[in-house]
Amino acid sequence: MKNETRKLSDLAKTIRSKNAGTDKITFDIIFREKETYELVKRAKALTRERVSEVLGIDPSRITDFVMFDPANAIKFTIKRLRPSGYAGDPDIFGAQQYAPFLDIEVDLTV
Amino acid sequence: MQSLRVICPNGHLGFAPLKTESFRIGVDAGVDYIAADSGSDDIGPVPLGSDTCASPRAWQEHDLEVMLLAARRINKPMIIGSAGDTGSNSRVDMYVQIIRDLARKHDLPAFRLGWFYSEVDKDLVRSKIRGGSAIAGLDGRPDLDEAELDATSRIVALAGVHPYRKLLAEGCDVIIGGRSSDSAIFAAAALHEGFPEAQAYYLGKVLECASFCAEPYGGKETVLGEITPDYVEVTAMSPAQSCTVASVAGHAMYERSNPFEEFVAGGRLDMANCNYEQVSAKTTRVTGMRFDPAQEFRVKLEGSGRVGERFVGIAAIRDPYTIANVDKVIDWAREQARERFGKTGWELHYNVFGRNGVMGDMEPFKDKPAHEVCILVQGVAPTRELAEELTITGTRQLFYARLADVKGTAGGVAFPLDEVMPASPAYRWTINHTMAVDNPLELFPTHSEMVG
Repeated sequence: MKNETRKLSDLAKTIRSKNAGTDKITFDIIFREKETYELVKRAKALTRERVSEVLGIDPSRITDFVMFDPANAIKFTIKRLRPSGYAGDPDIFGAQQYAPFLDIEVDLTV
Repeated sequence: MQSLRVICPNGHLGFAPLKTESFRIGVDAGVDYIAADSGSDDIGPVPLGSDTCASPRAWQEHDLEVMLLAARRINKPMIIGSAGDTGSNSRVDMYVQIIRDLARKHDLPAFRLGWFYSEVDKDLVRSKIRGGSAIAGLDGRPDLDEAELDATSRIVALAGVHPYRKLLAEGCDVIIGGRSSDSAIFAAAALHEGFPEAQAYYLGKVLECASFCAEPYGGKETVLGEITPDYVEVTAMSPAQSCTVASVAGHAMYERSNPFEEFVAGGRLDMANCNYEQVSAKTTRVTGMRFDPAQEFRVKLEGSGRVGERFVGIAAIRDPYTIANVDKVIDWAREQARERFGKTGWELHYNVFGRNGVMGDMEPFKDKPAHEVCILVQGVAPTRELAEELTITGTRQLFYARLADVKGTAGGVAFPLDEVMPASPAYRWTINHTMAVDNPLELFPTHSEMVG
């Protein structure tokens, strides 16, 4: 079977980021159907390693990484280098940090 | 009482006005309480530090007026938490005065207005540190020391249900709360009416952001929560929205690092074994929540400290060679500031929008800038005079940066404004910690009076 992939943004219902308190930004990737969620889990399209790679951050900055089955969601949280709202912080709400995850390729053949 | 119905029209009262149509539908559905949270630490450290609001007063008055008139008309309690964004004492006083003024304006029949404060005296925190009771850091922060305390302008403690319950027990019809855990505002009403802790805190958790627990996406719409001893149901009031298993379960994750638990003053809501069930087109039922009371009573503290006065400048670049060397341009401007102001005692911050302005070092495409970029310059210094001159230096000198091979030698950047603009002073979050207290009401003095 040929290697077939789709972008995470085509599979997920919601891909968002938001502050979790003053020191962290949390990311929610939510799927509408259980099957799609399970597929993305199986494909290991999102892991701690992948997140640190996409954002170019040290893995130690990822404080939480969970599969949240009741919501068909993958959720991870990173530590900010500086608390939100410090002068020069362009995203006080942490609401626009998710964009690089839209283009993650998910292998549909696993 | 077999069940209790609470509506929430706005997840951050005043941040944008509530939508009146779904609120009207919610009130008409028959409710026992109307409640909303007005605060957030999302807005950054400036409002707390400078003791200001993040939103126009007119929007806050709008929401308070809509809610107060409905609550008094149906003669049910109204509860507002974290008044005026930060819940500082001046914001609580401001909301109390707005309620008094609205009562007079509408000639409302007499009702009991209650309020409580949540600012914490720095000397109290200092005495705890000196007495050996650690002010424990959250999210990887070290315990609070006196130097960081000294750098703090204002501290608020997050109240749990306790001051709300005291004021409800005293018969208050309208309550204006200082800074509070979001879910406590709603949980207090449910606990006051005799419902169990787990369901009560879950009710608060799911209602606190109003329609963010519904879909499709749409803020500031009313949602209705119904609590029984066994479950919580949540229903979207907007004709365009539904509370689905996905939207309600998804909301459990919102704005927290971990979707399975939520800490409040006095305990921990455990959502790990929650079960979600669609019971009608717009309603989802949740069961399986648990509550673990805390062994030691600790309150969360938020503190903001002044960094300096701040001005803002804007410059833009279209020349591709200059864009490719924008870091050298910024280094040049920074060096000019260093020559004039010395090495320390000031800060210049540059965001290059069109390259990595939004994501900074986390931007995967920072080596692929757009064909034009905008540079936002922020200068921070001890006085306004110095901050202004610093920011002019940091912005103007972008124009004079010396790049070896630039073709355009008449000026390196475009200025949309030939000036810099005063901004709010710069503050930083100094405290994100917890402190042990002996009495849950110790930090939250309550008051009440008859109004109208």
